[in-house]
Amino acid sequence: MLEIKNLHAKIDDKEILRGINLKVNAGEVHAIMGPNGSGKSTLSKILAGHPAYEKTEGEVLYQINGKYKSIDELEPSQRAKEGIFLGFQYPVEIPGVSNISFLMTAFNELCEAQGVETMKEEEFRKYLKPKLMSLDMNESFLERSVNEGFSGGEKKKNEILQMMVLNPRLSLLDETDSGLDVDALRIVAQGVNTLKSKRNATILVTHYQRLLNYIQPDFVHILYQGKIVKSGDKNLALEVEEKGYDWITKQ
Amino acid sequence: MKAEEKLAQEYKYGFVTDVETEEFPKGLNEDIIRLLSQKKNEPEWLLEFRLKSYRKWLTMTHPTWQYCQIPPIDFQDLYYYAKPKAKKTAGSLDEIDPELLETFEKLGIPLGEQKRISGIAVDAVFDSVSLGTTHQADLEKVGVIFCSISEAVEKYPELVKKYLGTVVPASDNYYAALNSAVFSDGSFCYIPKGVTCPLDLSTYFRINAKETGQFERTLIVADEGSFVRYLEGCTAPQRDENQLHAAIVEIVALKDAEVKYSTVQNWYAGDKEGKGGIFNFVTKRGICKGDNAKISWTQVEAGSAITWKYPSVILKGNNSQGAFYSVALTNHKMQADTGTKMIHIGKNTRSTIISKGISAEESQNVYRGLVQVMASADNARNYTQCDSMLIGDKCRANTFPTIDVKNNTAVVEHEASTSKISADQLFYLESRGMDKEKAVSLIVNGFCKEVFKTLPLEFSVEAVKLIEMKLENSVG
Repeated sequence: MLEIKNLHAKIDDKEILRGINLKVNAGEVHAIMGPNGSGKSTLSKILAGHPAYEKTEGEVLYQINGKYKSIDELEPSQRAKEGIFLGFQYPVEIPGVSNISFLMTAFNELCEAQGVETMKEEEFRKYLKPKLMSLDMNESFLERSVNEGFSGGEKKKNEILQMMVLNPRLSLLDETDSGLDVDALRIVAQGVNTLKSKRNATILVTHYQRLLNYIQPDFVHILYQGKIVKSGDKNLALEVEEKGYDWITKQ
Repeated sequence: MKAEEKLAQEYKYGFVTDVETEEFPKGLNEDIIRLLSQKKNEPEWLLEFRLKSYRKWLTMTHPTWQYCQIPPIDFQDLYYYAKPKAKKTAGSLDEIDPELLETFEKLGIPLGEQKRISGIAVDAVFDSVSLGTTHQADLEKVGVIFCSISEAVEKYPELVKKYLGTVVPASDNYYAALNSAVFSDGSFCYIPKGVTCPLDLSTYFRINAKETGQFERTLIVADEGSFVRYLEGCTAPQRDENQLHAAIVEIVALKDAEVKYSTVQNWYAGDKEGKGGIFNFVTKRGICKGDNAKISWTQVEAGSAITWKYPSVILKGNNSQGAFYSVALTNHKMQADTGTKMIHIGKNTRSTIISKGISAEESQNVYRGLVQVMASADNARNYTQCDSMLIGDKCRANTFPTIDVKNNTAVVEHEASTSKISADQLFYLESRGMDKEKAVSLIVNGFCKEVFKTLPLEFSVEAVKLIEMKLENSVG
């Protein structure tokens, strides 16, 4: 589904990614771990098309209609319509825009792109209801302005709600576990697990191992100074938990 | 879509109706005013009112305090009266030129019997004259008078004489004096005691003729305990010359009466380089004359090359309430200097001001407001919230609030903010599949929500669409 070859990227003339290679197939869950400043967030942002980050070398290929294509030329909105979803580490507040109109606009844009019939508000609310319940979110969330005055946990749940609504093929979850208490973490993880299928893939970007107790990754990659320095299965994450990142970075 | 089509779409009301017009010679003098008054069969007192106003105007100079650049206007190079030549005009809508009916239909205001918008009575004003008013019979049943001001002068001279110029005197300002001298048409409505007007009343203004000033005059009188909602819409053809629109709207709300006035202003704003467009210099003012009266102004200002207006409320009656809700959007090289005045005279009077200014491209947007609490206004309250949003880095937003309090029991609050649409907000929405324009329009609509929700539903839908259309291509 996704193939990253020798990816280099910079922001404000500062090189952050220095040759990333990664292949993700449908049905897989990858965890990307690493110490602060290793480039984890940059990787997810560049995949989603953040305009501040610039690719300087390498290739990002993504499967569209069965064929691998470079996504360099695609606007962030086009990437979203092709099924790439970024769950933000710091979800952004949009004052005055109700969550329901935000979700519905995003959903209907996607429907239009796929040539599926759009939904009216009443129908859309019905579609949302079970999703809200599964995330233990009150319906009053829908009337509040997007992320405005939300607690850290509420913001992250809202990201997962958006993911459920848009049902992406490739989910990039950037530090989704940060700022969550144990209960919220369990609920968020459940949400991610429910969406898991043979047709989609997930990349979890995380600093800590604890999210991986709830979402089983197929692969774990350690990112350090803009490169993947070690890959393995979920035991690698446990080892990091035990020994810290020093153990790898000193190698 | 071809580039030309795209351009044409930018202002879809830019077409010109090809009708023969009857015009007075260009220029302004006492003879023109006499001719105008004679043409309209006006009583002597009205001619006197006009001449007095004209003489006042001659002694005044063009204002300079506003924060916009107004090119010098040659008042002798304008037509002061333009009327579509037709077999018959006033009163009966059945006999208007089909060309004109078609014009209004294209503007989304069908006037023909079968197609009329239900629930709204419309007075259609084309250049200098009113073409007629829909649903008049329904209104007559409850005693509501809604007609052109010319017709009102003929049929209800006492009412017009009693209130005309009492809220905005001719001497108020340069353009008020000019309007008082040469106003050609506009709407008049009177809601009798205790009547809740069964329909929304609406005036639709259309400037068509070239080099013509539109000077309309609206007078709304809500008698004791009555209620009315009034809507105003406006468009003009796309022309390279500037056109002048200098209107006056006066509202009188007596004891326990309530008037809600909404405007969606979409005059032609000129092209990208700032060529052409309407100069919109308008004086709008209401007076809460009796106790417990209420007046609210809601405006969505999205057009005109230059907008210069301050819909205001004089809170004379005790416990009376005034409100001003405004969205002003400027793009290209548009200039807007708008705001309100709330004058507290009565006891326990309340006023609310919510102003949202959005500037894009090289435009400039000013909020100017005055909250005045007189010594007599015990326990007066005002709340002002004044927010500006900038799109891009070449536009400007300014806020000039003035607060003048002469009574120490008053509570006056003022909140202001200036924001830019952040790159993070845009990226967040874009990463949810919305293109940049959609994302901006969602953010802007959120910003304006408090104002839009005070509009009647159809108007609010129109306002949202209008803002979306205006912001197209404004986002780089």
